[in-house]
Amino acid sequence: MIISRGFHGRRPTADRKLPPGQYETTGFPVLSAGPTPRLSAADTELSVTAETGRRHTWRWADLMALPSERPTVDLHCVTKWSKFETRWEGISLDVLLADVETDADHTLVSSHGGYTTNIPLADLLDGKAWVVHTYEGEPLAPEHGGPLRLLVPHLYLWKSAKWLRSIELRDEDEPGFWESAGYHDYGDPWREQRYRGD
Amino acid sequence: MTSEEHLPDDHVDGNALAGPLAEVFTADVTVAQSECAHCGATGPVARLLVYRDAPGLVARCQECGQVVLRYVRTASAAHLDMRGTVTLAFSLAPE
Ligand SMILES: [Zn+2]
Repeated sequence: MIISRGFHGRRPTADRKLPPGQYETTGFPVLSAGPTPRLSAADTELSVTAETGRRHTWRWADLMALPSERPTVDLHCVTKWSKFETRWEGISLDVLLADVETDADHTLVSSHGGYTTNIPLADLLDGKAWVVHTYEGEPLAPEHGGPLRLLVPHLYLWKSAKWLRSIELRDEDEPGFWESAGYHDYGDPWREQRYRGD
Repeated sequence: MTSEEHLPDDHVDGNALAGPLAEVFTADVTVAQSECAHCGATGPVARLLVYRDAPGLVARCQECGQVVLRYVRTASAAHLDMRGTVTLAFSLAPE
């Protein structure tokens, strides 16, 4: 993964590695478990609730006022496509969670429309995850999760929840939408953790 | 569902469940009557709204839009999650 704050060339093809069982696509397939909500950025609010019940919220303007990063990352979808060098802009979870006091080990991420996914808190920290609002220089389109989605590129893409609404910090792990229906709880593409038991 | 507006999407009807679920049911599931656990609406499975451009099949209630059933076929198992269904009623020939 490269964190870029400016122009850089594309990696030569030989440097690109596919996780086991994946193939490369140059398109950007849209996967969706329900209707695509039409949400306005201006009305967008993101909340983080600690295990103590303490709730932190950011309105759109609050989010835009935070320092932003431009990660260039590879995406790996559990339906077997991978897409190299996608360029995003957003806010590191390290920034969002900096002032949140917690001893929790788990998170449950929720989207508008009812989708959920569970991710260990450690996997959202240390430069590994962002909330993103811009894709390839344009406002993130609704079908790709706009106005705001999670981006956790080291896990299968179902963990990068679209239409992000809230992140709950929890003492106990609670399986999300796909995790409770036969998919792997963690979802590491490099270990090919597609299904429960993999 | 909430009052959120939605964009047009690519769902299909519940008949799309016929093939995949034939692997686990001997009866045709699309003619079974399902009762939604969220709003109580009842109707044939064929009328559900099915989203299949996804890691699994997601069937939503034609009335309230909530998830009625989910089907995931893994390499070695089938997971049918029916927490959104109160009952699934099949008409059968008299014994
Ligand atoms: Zn319903």
